[in-house]
Amino acid sequence: MTTSDSASSTSSAAGPAGPRPEGPDEQDLEQHFDATIARDQRIEPRDWMPDGYRRTLIRQIAQHAHSEIIGMQPEGEWIMKAPSLRRKAILFAKVQDEAGHGLYLYSAAETLGADRADLTQRLIEGRQKYSSIFNYPTLSFADVGVIGWFVDGAAICNQVPLCRSSYGPYARAMVRICKEESFHQRQGYELLMTMMRGTDAQREMVQDAVDRWWWPSLMMFGPPDDASPNSAQSMAWKIKRHSNDELRQRFVDMTVPQAEKLGVTLPDPELRWNAERGHHDFGTPDWSELQRVISGDGPCNAQRMERRRTAHEEGAWVREAASAYAAKQAKQSERARKGAAA
Amino acid sequence: MSDDHVYMTLAEGHEDDARWAYGTGFEDPLHGVDTTVPEGVDAAGLAACCLALGDDALVSAQRLAEWCTRAPELEEEVALANIGLDLLGQARLLYARCGQVDGTGRGEDAYAYFRDPGDFRNVRLAELPCGDFAFSVTRLLVLSSWRLAHFAQLTASPDPVLAAIAAKGVKELAYHRQYAAEWAVRLGDGTEESHRRMRRALEQVAPYIGELFTAYDVRDEVVAVLRQVTEAAGLPMPVYRPLPGAGRDGDHTEHLAPLLVELQSLARAHPEGTW
Repeated sequence: MTTSDSASSTSSAAGPAGPRPEGPDEQDLEQHFDATIARDQRIEPRDWMPDGYRRTLIRQIAQHAHSEIIGMQPEGEWIMKAPSLRRKAILFAKVQDEAGHGLYLYSAAETLGADRADLTQRLIEGRQKYSSIFNYPTLSFADVGVIGWFVDGAAICNQVPLCRSSYGPYARAMVRICKEESFHQRQGYELLMTMMRGTDAQREMVQDAVDRWWWPSLMMFGPPDDASPNSAQSMAWKIKRHSNDELRQRFVDMTVPQAEKLGVTLPDPELRWNAERGHHDFGTPDWSELQRVISGDGPCNAQRMERRRTAHEEGAWVREAASAYAAKQAKQSERARKGAAA
Repeated sequence: MSDDHVYMTLAEGHEDDARWAYGTGFEDPLHGVDTTVPEGVDAAGLAACCLALGDDALVSAQRLAEWCTRAPELEEEVALANIGLDLLGQARLLYARCGQVDGTGRGEDAYAYFRDPGDFRNVRLAELPCGDFAFSVTRLLVLSSWRLAHFAQLTASPDPVLAAIAAKGVKELAYHRQYAAEWAVRLGDGTEESHRRMRRALEQVAPYIGELFTAYDVRDEVVAVLRQVTEAAGLPMPVYRPLPGAGRDGDHTEHLAPLLVELQSLARAHPEGTW
């Protein structure tokens, strides 16, 4: 999952760029940084980087990590009810992969000096966002397939370019995450194919899920380019490689033939091939809905946050016990070491 | 990796990679394996053994899945899902074997989705509600210690299929037991609160331990593991007295039926559906 929709909503808080370097050394460092970016080489954790670059990355990576973790919830509920053991195993493994993605991403953020516990706290207090798509409910098992097809598909469109992101640890995390996301997407699509070969009731479930997830999926790419003020700086720093609208167009163009093959209708009367542009024309998402969902008033925002907060609070005693035990062990081995030395 | 490539291949067939994620791809898990019951093996006994072990695994996996998005830390989220997936995989193999030897030819889903609570043969410890993390760790410690000891014996089963399932399971269960033992020690010797919770969990689990020891002679090994772990954790060894009734005979607590309702509801609502 990437979080262009949420990233753009909060980026102004951190400011688009860090303070100007003052001394000549700083200037040299910045020139070196700019040259590295211009040569398409990677910035690594020990390299000098402008404060704004660091802040933008921490925010983007953290929001991406939060999205993976919150994103476990909509599908997680269906693990218990999955209608075959094979589907149960697939879904369980997928949701586990998302926890793993969250872990890599928090680790990537830690290479920039962030702290996982602090980032989690920011999420729980609503100071950092996650992708708006996870504030929609999963009403039937077909949603599991459609999330794989659309949401993981949109994530792939967003994330494959991030494998070439200028920050090394982020780019490398994205390579692995993208491979797993593409499995998830295929698994989702294959579930839908199977359901479409089933009963009328199953075909209706699939179409209903497509109807509900299509527009929110288009919104995953974030607001239109002319309303996305921080994209330009992120693109100049090569954190981001394509604009929101470019990625959205790519997603639509790729999804339309798959919908035909599947035998479902995408719920957009304006959707048609434009031979002149060589792309599909499509309707305008309801941007006021995106704003509403980002600002906390989506169908499931409160529920998702409540679950995450409860899990964190109810796990506090476990984390405290683990720390206390580790501290006791450390003291013991210190004593043993001193004893051996004496 | 190009995103175009990922997308373009989506709607095409993928004969070559049916196993997308480990243990999630197969329709017939024992495909290509010689499944004839060897001469001298009691087929009914073999089927009962596979069913009981399959039910333990499925019910345990379902309880572990309840932790999903509720674990105390991300590492635990991943680990508990891992253990749940291992057990789900074991259940699938055991049900498949059961269907071949009990004469019904049923597939794995028939066992999981279309039997009623009284037909389940899992031990009652597996079906008790999730509880707190201390309870889940304690239950996992007991069940994985017993299952590991039992599977180690089954690697020498005269049925080569069950022996192979057991050999695969032993590696998984060794990790489950290790995970549970490490947490039991950490929690027992962590804070006052974690110690108190572990004591309570041991008391809650204790009445259900005896049920494990009726059929198979692994009591000494399991007791030795529990003694070692509780000693390291500074916790009292649980005193177990068998409760009347047995999950292995189909006598269950009130907690199994709701678990199965959730597990089975969607499959039963669409009996003609294909998933």
